Amino acid sequence: MSEMIIQMQDMNKWYDDFHVLKNINLEVKKGEKIVICGPSGSGKSTLVRCINRLEEHQNGKIFVNGTELTNNLKNIDLIRAEVGMVFQHFNLFPHLTILENLTLAPVWVRHETKDQAEEVAMGYLEKVKIGDQALKYPGQLSGGQKQRVAIARALCMKPGVMLFDEPTSALDPEMVKEVLDVMVGLAEDGMTMLCVTHEMGFARQVADRVIFMDEGQIVEEADPETFFNNPQSERSKEFLGQILH
Amino acid sequence: MYKWTKNPESRSLPAGEAMAKWMKKNLFPTPAQSMLSIILFSLILKMLTPFLDWFVYDAVWLGSADDCRQASGACVAFIREKFTFILFGFYPREYLWRPIAAIGLFICMLWYSKEPSRWSKRLVRRWVVYVFLWILLMRGGMFGFELVPSNKWGGLPLTLMLSFVGIVFSYPFGILLALGRRSKMPVIKAFCVGYIELIRGVPLISLLFMSSVMFPLFLPEGVVIDKLLRAQAAIILFVAAYMAEVVRGGLAAIPKGQYEAGEALGLSFFQIMRLIILPQALKIVIPPTVNTAIGMFKDTSLVLIIALFDLLNTTKTALKDGNWLGFSVEGYLFVALIYFIFCFSMGKYSRRLEYELTTSRSH
Repeated sequence: MSEMIIQMQDMNKWYDDFHVLKNINLEVKKGEKIVICGPSGSGKSTLVRCINRLEEHQNGKIFVNGTELTNNLKNIDLIRAEVGMVFQHFNLFPHLTILENLTLAPVWVRHETKDQAEEVAMGYLEKVKIGDQALKYPGQLSGGQKQRVAIARALCMKPGVMLFDEPTSALDPEMVKEVLDVMVGLAEDGMTMLCVTHEMGFARQVADRVIFMDEGQIVEEADPETFFNNPQSERSKEFLGQILH
Repeated sequence: MYKWTKNPESRSLPAGEAMAKWMKKNLFPTPAQSMLSIILFSLILKMLTPFLDWFVYDAVWLGSADDCRQASGACVAFIREKFTFILFGFYPREYLWRPIAAIGLFICMLWYSKEPSRWSKRLVRRWVVYVFLWILLMRGGMFGFELVPSNKWGGLPLTLMLSFVGIVFSYPFGILLALGRRSKMPVIKAFCVGYIELIRGVPLISLLFMSSVMFPLFLPEGVVIDKLLRAQAAIILFVAAYMAEVVRGGLAAIPKGQYEAGEALGLSFFQIMRLIILPQALKIVIPPTVNTAIGMFKDTSLVLIIALFDLLNTTKTALKDGNWLGFSVEGYLFVALIYFIFCFSMGKYSRRLEYELTTSRSH
């Protein structure tokens, strides 16, 4: 059974007169891992941010788990409950402890009890190997630790799909691996993932499909083997040439 | 192997030697700075001696107005004579224990509330009980307490009440205005911008005049709203506009990512504001918030123009006593000292609060 969890049909987005996303058609099956890459300004972050309405699309359709994303607030809430997100700059809440960061949404959105939420949170913190930091504040953690906390925070809402918006781009080089390891683990557990990233090793290792974007369009879509060894379009060849040296 | 060593500067020296070292380092490090230190010290000394002469050696601490006039120093006796009037105005002397108790309890409540760890719903309930006690003590008229109408209130209790109630109400009102000003809904935004700009554009005095002279004209026949209450409302409305701008500064300092993280987790707008944005924004603006609060504490003295007897007005009235004419320096210095104690405590507390909220939640 391969259920569609995300569908985009002829989706377009403009910032004022600037056409950022052009006729995007994309389908993601449950359990699929997709890596989105492309030069900066190609619209890949915007694409991902449209899925949970951090950005609004102007025409075309987006369905998440069968719910259409419209201005209907109820639908937006349903979709946000289904979609977890990890940001480039972590966006942890600096005034709350790590544990409070994780339990905030389960308690206020899912109406779980505090004990229940804390138990689940500790479980995920252990999973990202950071259980001993639960009572610290984000400011006391390293970048890699912060990003692992951010992943755990998103997981606490039990999402059906996880969006990663350049999760390792703001990290010092020696911390990239610890975050990627967590993401690989997540992939192995069967999580549906959409990752905007330039970590090509990660793409080779876990991606079912690589999507290459340029100037707001999906230029190429292929399995990683084909994409890296035998790219079809000129733009992707050029791009790969630049990042793989 | 690395050997653990002690910072040589942290060695403990005998007191005298340590003092000499400190002075060498901080007061006399170079010839030019030594000169500056000496000049400043002699200036301080030059100013201090006449003050001490005036306040201590030539002062009249006990005695009558005539004794004061013959002496060249300060007339502390005047303050002793007018002390009760300056602090409590025309409050009936036989019930003087009531405002004293109210202020004493007020200070205890403030002292108890100063620890952030005690901020809870229970504390709010205690303050509600306290407000009731304040009304009972100051106003009376129930439970066997003799009624003392608000036109008899004066001095310190009045000043404290106008400022404290002013801060407590203008702060949340200011937060709402600040949120409204950043709202995407045009009507709400226009209302908040209009309100803030209009109120900031007029002096407090004009608002006080309007509340005491014009506002009653619009009320239906027979409806009377207490003058003190009207002045209090004017102060709240005025300060809220300033608080709104202070809070807006804090809101602007919170990165967009904080909103987005909240949205991505499925929190509603009000949850994001209450749980994520405001706790951070309000903490950032503690210093300007307290600055506004200190400003308003002193601005309450403007109520004297609508004939309310706050601390400054009781002092001015005391100065007009025919038997004790000519001691305005003493009177004003005394009332300045009271204002200073309260304002200084507020500033000190603000710095402590800032420190505590950042060290326990280090960034």
